[in-house]
Amino acid sequence: MTLTMQHLQALLPIIITGLTSVAVMLSIAIRRHHAINTTVLVAGLNVALLSIYFAAKVTPLSVTPLLIIDNYALFFCGLILISALACSTLAYAYCEHFTRNREELYLLMSIATLGCLVLACTRHLAALFIGLEMLSIALYGLIAYTYDRARSLEAGIKYLILSATASCVMFFGMALLYAEFGSLTFISIGQHLSSPTSLLPIIGGSMLMIGLAFKLSFAPFHLWTPDVYEGAPAPIATFLATAAKVAVFAVLVRFLLMDAITLLQSSKMMLVLGIMAALSILLGNLLALKQNNIKRMLGYSSIAHFGYLLVLLITANQQLGIEGFSLYLTVYVITSLAAFGVLTLMSTANHDRDADLLEDYRGLFWHRPILTSILTVALLSLAGIPLTAGFIAKFYVVNAGMNAGIWGWALLSVVMLGSAISLFYYLNTMVNLFLSKSNSYPFDASLDWGQHTGGLLVMAATALILLIGIYPEPLIHFLQLNLTGLTNANMHP
Amino acid sequence: MILIWLILIPFIGGFFSWIAELIGTRSPRWIALGSMMLLFALTVWLWLTHNYSLSGIINGQPQWVAEYQIEWIPRFGISFHLGLDGLSLLMVMLTGFIGMLAVGCSWSEVQKYIGFFHLNLLWILGGVIGVFLALDMFLFFFCWEMMLVPMYFLISLWGHNAPGGMGRIQAATKFFLYTQASGLLLLLAIIGLVLVHQNNTGQLTFDYMALRGTAMSSHVEWVLMLGFFIAFAVKFPIVPFHSWLPDAHSQAPTAGSVDLAGILLKTAAYGMLRFAIPLFPNASQALAPFAMWLGVVGIIYGALLAFSQDDIKRMIAYTSISHMGFVLIGIYSFNTIALQGAVVQMMAHGISAAALFILSGQLYERLKTRDLRQMGGLYSRMRNLPPIAMFFAAASLGMPGLGNFVGEFLILLGTYQVNPNVTIFATSGLVLAAVYTLKMVQRALHGQPSDQNSAELMDLNGRERLMMLALMIITLAMGFFPQAILNTSASVIQSLQFQSLQQSLPQQSLPKLP
Repeated sequence: MTLTMQHLQALLPIIITGLTSVAVMLSIAIRRHHAINTTVLVAGLNVALLSIYFAAKVTPLSVTPLLIIDNYALFFCGLILISALACSTLAYAYCEHFTRNREELYLLMSIATLGCLVLACTRHLAALFIGLEMLSIALYGLIAYTYDRARSLEAGIKYLILSATASCVMFFGMALLYAEFGSLTFISIGQHLSSPTSLLPIIGGSMLMIGLAFKLSFAPFHLWTPDVYEGAPAPIATFLATAAKVAVFAVLVRFLLMDAITLLQSSKMMLVLGIMAALSILLGNLLALKQNNIKRMLGYSSIAHFGYLLVLLITANQQLGIEGFSLYLTVYVITSLAAFGVLTLMSTANHDRDADLLEDYRGLFWHRPILTSILTVALLSLAGIPLTAGFIAKFYVVNAGMNAGIWGWALLSVVMLGSAISLFYYLNTMVNLFLSKSNSYPFDASLDWGQHTGGLLVMAATALILLIGIYPEPLIHFLQLNLTGLTNANMHP
Repeated sequence: MILIWLILIPFIGGFFSWIAELIGTRSPRWIALGSMMLLFALTVWLWLTHNYSLSGIINGQPQWVAEYQIEWIPRFGISFHLGLDGLSLLMVMLTGFIGMLAVGCSWSEVQKYIGFFHLNLLWILGGVIGVFLALDMFLFFFCWEMMLVPMYFLISLWGHNAPGGMGRIQAATKFFLYTQASGLLLLLAIIGLVLVHQNNTGQLTFDYMALRGTAMSSHVEWVLMLGFFIAFAVKFPIVPFHSWLPDAHSQAPTAGSVDLAGILLKTAAYGMLRFAIPLFPNASQALAPFAMWLGVVGIIYGALLAFSQDDIKRMIAYTSISHMGFVLIGIYSFNTIALQGAVVQMMAHGISAAALFILSGQLYERLKTRDLRQMGGLYSRMRNLPPIAMFFAAASLGMPGLGNFVGEFLILLGTYQVNPNVTIFATSGLVLAAVYTLKMVQRALHGQPSDQNSAELMDLNGRERLMMLALMIITLAMGFFPQAILNTSASVIQSLQFQSLQQSLPQQSLPKLP
């Protein structure tokens, strides 16, 4: 097939991000300069973000059998690019006084972002694998970037081994599927898998699911999450929690909710996903209870949140599912940016650890009221308390579950139990911020944190959390307008 | 428009008191007090200028004295819908009054982080007023949950670590968990109701007016009603769900206790009157005998435990459980007189419990203890506080001429027509109330001072005397002229009763309304 200008136009976000990687690499080769190299990356990502507007004019469009550019893909491209921009902004402040080479971090980040974008657009297992590996391999480097810290190095190696194993399992699964069906597109795999004729493709499909479940840290494949979140430098943990998760989830939902909806509706698949969701919610919340490290706590809480999201996916019908899922993920990304953003602002790369212990934050409110308020709002949003966006997201989950009959109610009771448990640790973290002043702060944000772009970013995220929490209609309307209704067109390309 | 200001005043006032801490330590207090006075004045103005006898059900639809509605989340049929009738007006008025007292009683007690304290205090009140005015189930739930967070902060940051009790943070967490977990149940029930309504009519809406009279099978009605009932039962608190209350009270700062006893508990009773019963009339009717006996259990249990407490705030907390038992009986008797009594009792208990908590706060400021064993002989050590305490103890035990008597009397009178057995057992609550109140008076005020250091204590200052004076006047006014309250709430109560009667009759025999 020949590529026309239209195809290129549709691919603009991916192409521009790819070019950005090259540009960052060249600019590092020419001269190491922290500010300039970062600027190249940020400028490139911004242009890519803008180009979504132009790409949206030619959607929906299949570019080669590998990629599809539709509103769904572009929405998640936007979300990924925004998270990547936020992470690189946070990384800039974080690395400012780092004594090692700082610049390669931006190169790796741009490659990881490129992988995420590919994932968001893919509807073919080959592209899925390419995207996933581009993301994962860049992440190995990023997680171990502050390798003077033992934790960071350990986390990097742990992620390398576990993630590579998961990738292998997934790759093997893909091979089995291909051997059976002779096709790698989502649609044909979905069709074949929903009425399997032999054991082989079921094994293959399960291995594929295991791989994706690992990347999304669903229980029981979640064990790496807290360690990696704890060890990764704070801006990278942010990237891991936002862009990386969004991309993999986007591809999972495209597979399950759009291309293989009959597979999702089969009772066995529902059962497997339901058990995975329930396990994630319970284990995530229970294990988060005893953490005194905020990054670990957020890691476990992300496991629980993706459990809730899975419940939404299983119980909702297609339209509500896509809308609710996009809203939930958007809210989660914004909230994580705020929460991790505060952590990043408090930490620097040249310290021997990040500011992630509860005691580092004890009484911070009386010292840094605005920064603490931001973290408080983010925690309340994670807990799903009204006035914050998290409540609207939780509302979608409950709404979908109530509609889904006895099976939905069973899952909802797990959601309820989980969110009751989760209050313990969110409240515990929150109240810690307000306890009596401590005398010294081992970690502290710079005095003028509010004037830096990182500071502005977390404030903007907080404003968005409150805005969506109080008046979600514009976002819902936007999602409905752009995302729903496209699925049917998708089914018959 | 005025309704939206009733909600916004506390929020804006709270925000500005937080900011005002930068100017000085006194300005947050004055701003908070000013906004509460404004709120109270507005409600009084609303009370005097509008006619509340006309609201009620006309053509099967409740009428509101004032209403405000704008679209909020049309995706789910959610609107920002507020409505005011006699019942909600009384509750908002109580909120404004208690709000002034809560600011007043923390004037000298709260010395750290004053701005943030008043932010939390006022935002609780804002959420409570939202609960009292909301006519959209989503908005109602929104406000219901929203007020928990500032209350949590109030207890956990400015609370006491009373000896013998759990720490203040644990108490706050316990409060939050109880109410939040039960709140989730409420959310499920609300959404369930909305979906049933959508299945019936094809219209997705959270509006209270539309959801009234939703037809459903009795099983579904029971399940949904229990979702509402349990959520309200926790906040009420009804006895098996009460254990958060004594802990929260004993660790909370005075203003927190005043808010909690004065108005937060009333949101649950209001929720039953406004939502649980009208939305699920048949199931509520079927639950009524059971609920009334739960009320009796609450009365006796609360009274017995109050009797054995040494911590004066814990004791008052248990008396709250006992008094709220009367309200529960009144609500579920479905009798006009008893329902009217329940409304009066809600107001009167709000005032008298607030007064007792303020008094114990004042005692604590002077004695540095709330342990009844270490008090005694206060009559010889202070001039004004003991007789005032005596006055409110009398109010609490139901002395004729004071507000609580009217409430309890009406409840017992009305219930007797419905279920004499319940009345007989509930009446024992009056006797027990006399026992535990007089025991408290005896231990705290009379006798010899327990410690050797029995010097004269600082008597009430002007601010404290003013607050007590206002409370006493209102208690007396409610005791002698309860008709003003009864008139305001009458039409709401009648419409409630009318509806439950209508529902309890078989549907066929009902004549079509004109």
